Amino acid sequence: MSTISDVHSDHEEHHHAPRGLMRWVLTTNHKDIGSMYLWFSFAMFIVGGAMAMIIRAELFQPGLQLVEPNFFNQMTTVHGLIMVFGAVMPAFTGLANWLVPMMIGAPDMALPRMNNWSFWILPFAFSILLASLFMEGGGPNFGWTFYAPLSTKYSPDSTALFVFAIHIMGISSIMGAINVIVTIMNLRAPGMTYMKLPLFVWTWFITAFLLIAVMPVLAGAVTMVLTDKYFGTSFFDAAGGGDPVLFQHIFWFFGHPEVYIMILPSFGIISAIVPAFSRKPLFGYSSMVYATASIAGLSFVVWAHHMFTTGMPVEAELFFMFCTMLISVPTGVKVFNWVATMWKGSLTFETPMLFAIAFIVLFTIGGFSGLMLAITPVDFQYHDTYFVVAHFHYVLVTGAIFSIMAAAYYWLPKWSGRMYDEGLGRLHFWCSLVSVNVLFFPMHFLGLGGMPRRIPDYALQFADVNAIVSIGGFAFGLSQFIFLYLVIKCIRSGEPAPAKPWEGAEGLEWDNLPSPAPYHSFTTPPEIK
Amino acid sequence: MTQPYDKYYVPAQSIWPIVGAVGLFLIAMGAGFSVQQMGSEQSYGLWVLTCGFVVIITMLFGWFGNVIQESMDGLYSAQMDRSFRQGMSWFIFSEIMFFGAFFGALFYARMIAVPWLGGAGNNEMTGAVLWPEFEAIWPLIQTPGGTTTEAMGWYGLPLLNTVILVISSFTLHFAHVSLEKDKRGPLKLWLAITLVLGFAFLFFQVEEYVHAYQEMGLRLDSGIYGNTFFLLTGFHGLHVTLGAIMLTVMFLRVLKGHFTGKSHFAFMASSWYWHFVDVVWLCLFLFVYVL
Repeated sequence: MSTISDVHSDHEEHHHAPRGLMRWVLTTNHKDIGSMYLWFSFAMFIVGGAMAMIIRAELFQPGLQLVEPNFFNQMTTVHGLIMVFGAVMPAFTGLANWLVPMMIGAPDMALPRMNNWSFWILPFAFSILLASLFMEGGGPNFGWTFYAPLSTKYSPDSTALFVFAIHIMGISSIMGAINVIVTIMNLRAPGMTYMKLPLFVWTWFITAFLLIAVMPVLAGAVTMVLTDKYFGTSFFDAAGGGDPVLFQHIFWFFGHPEVYIMILPSFGIISAIVPAFSRKPLFGYSSMVYATASIAGLSFVVWAHHMFTTGMPVEAELFFMFCTMLISVPTGVKVFNWVATMWKGSLTFETPMLFAIAFIVLFTIGGFSGLMLAITPVDFQYHDTYFVVAHFHYVLVTGAIFSIMAAAYYWLPKWSGRMYDEGLGRLHFWCSLVSVNVLFFPMHFLGLGGMPRRIPDYALQFADVNAIVSIGGFAFGLSQFIFLYLVIKCIRSGEPAPAKPWEGAEGLEWDNLPSPAPYHSFTTPPEIK
Repeated sequence: MTQPYDKYYVPAQSIWPIVGAVGLFLIAMGAGFSVQQMGSEQSYGLWVLTCGFVVIITMLFGWFGNVIQESMDGLYSAQMDRSFRQGMSWFIFSEIMFFGAFFGALFYARMIAVPWLGGAGNNEMTGAVLWPEFEAIWPLIQTPGGTTTEAMGWYGLPLLNTVILVISSFTLHFAHVSLEKDKRGPLKLWLAITLVLGFAFLFFQVEEYVHAYQEMGLRLDSGIYGNTFFLLTGFHGLHVTLGAIMLTVMFLRVLKGHFTGKSHFAFMASSWYWHFVDVVWLCLFLFVYVL
């Protein structure tokens, strides 16, 4: 039972990280790579957030105030791309890197060098995407969904760079997902059977499957955009026998599983935190596993609910409407289980728990507005309005991002070996909670009132609500710097954390490893009870 | 899980991942600039692209060189071997999904887009108002916009290529079986035959493209039929090229005496990949050529 680190290395190298910049560039360590993913994700969160601030500043008052409409379009597009591919997905991959080996009793990820490759592709890919903003004709301005013909006939010349940036991001995601799925299938400690896996590992297992299944479809979609724009094909052009709606089908065949890629790991995080602070085991573990798998399965047969207004045959509309509504069943199981876990528990409300509870409530609001959007005739009214914007920001910001925040607070003591400042954490939580609702809740009303999305100007009757929304947006943006300050303060001068700072926490990472976790997690497999 | 957990090899720091990231960065930038610069005087995009490929090829040699060395030094356990195998299987699954996107486009065009343009379903006015002359038939030899082309038949070269590729899958399987029984002579022979068949396929594929462009007027921009034809067969051709390169490397490694009957992951992965491109071709032959 021994781990061989390298033929040439001395024994010391297992436990002490190399120093200097090259440690990060050349690393094969899952914790280093996880940290890089998390810092990269936060940097992108700030960059994408800055773009959101520009959008909200422009929309603070009606009329064209600050930026050109074309630049506004670039901001909405790149904000979406960065938040999806640069902030949320890398954050989850970072969490998976840090946590999955610790949770299953493995020394590292299964393919450590490929792991580093997956990460280092990302900064380069996003440099290309961001650089395209400064090129002649501007960057991508067709929405993050890059619908044809906006992305084929009417797009800027930099679209080729957008396409190849997406290609290498996809390569990174696929390699990252293969690594996670192989780690989970193959590196579990003896006795760690599938039905003993922590839910975070389970949800990532299924997420990795979704990523491997749909990222190549996105690659296909951008390739067809490329050939339509530059090589004279007509996949999305009716004059050549194609169809612009075909683009939407291919895109959303990727896009709908993609939104579950951005929420399933959240379910795993919440399923770890809620039991810890309720001091009760998770209610309905196996139903959680089956619910996650059902959501993933259903995600492949609901894509056209994004396209109810494209003139599909009514049979198709009905099929996609009913399949979509079915998703609320497994999702409801999950919400029920979290609430049942808290029921009669001895609850305390440290910052991770606050974010987790906010997640449950606010994600459920996003789920309900999703159910409203699933109803075809009603969607005809909501389509392309701020109601949709409100819906997906509730599930992505107060869903995905809040769960990532919860995870960061929950595992920060394990990662850094130090406790964060609980007071600052709560300040961050309450500022975020209030501002995020001021930001997104009124958007429901704007949408129901008919305000279209992706337009830099709006009718006068929306002026007051938009001003309120913008103030909420600025406040939410500023609140995130509390988090940055808190993390830096924690790493530099936090109180030393015990191996298990949370009384009710369970799992190998708390019970079998000290804080901070050693450079290589398990050199000998832990005993699984 | 009763497998022995005796040793787990965590490689020390490696230069190759960052080299690979730089290589992909140069390829993405270079490809983007090259596409933008098509038909213009500038051509630095192609230089960047070439640099990218040089970097990636260097990385592949270095990275695989390290892995082969480690494997021959006996650092890998059965568990590592399983990780590699599973990784390769998932990679092939992602490739299947990539082809799925293009097959999806083909089926959508055939079953939905083209009939609707001809007025099927509740689209009667589309046909009547936009393109009254348009006839919805497949292969779509005349687009609504008026581009005309010819359809590629399935007999002749495509049929020959199908036979070649199917046989090559069998010969590769025989090579694999020989390897597992440690019979080096038949292994070399079968692998060499597979390689000849693979490159013959690529040769005939190029012939077919030349024929399509020069004699049939079937081009990449000949409407949705030409689009799906060239992207599907083109991406398949690229994968055959990649697979043939992989098998060539395997052949050279076999000549150097690498691989044993028990330990030959690289050979198996290349073989899986080859069978995968073969199956894709059978789908292509059926849906692009025959039907």
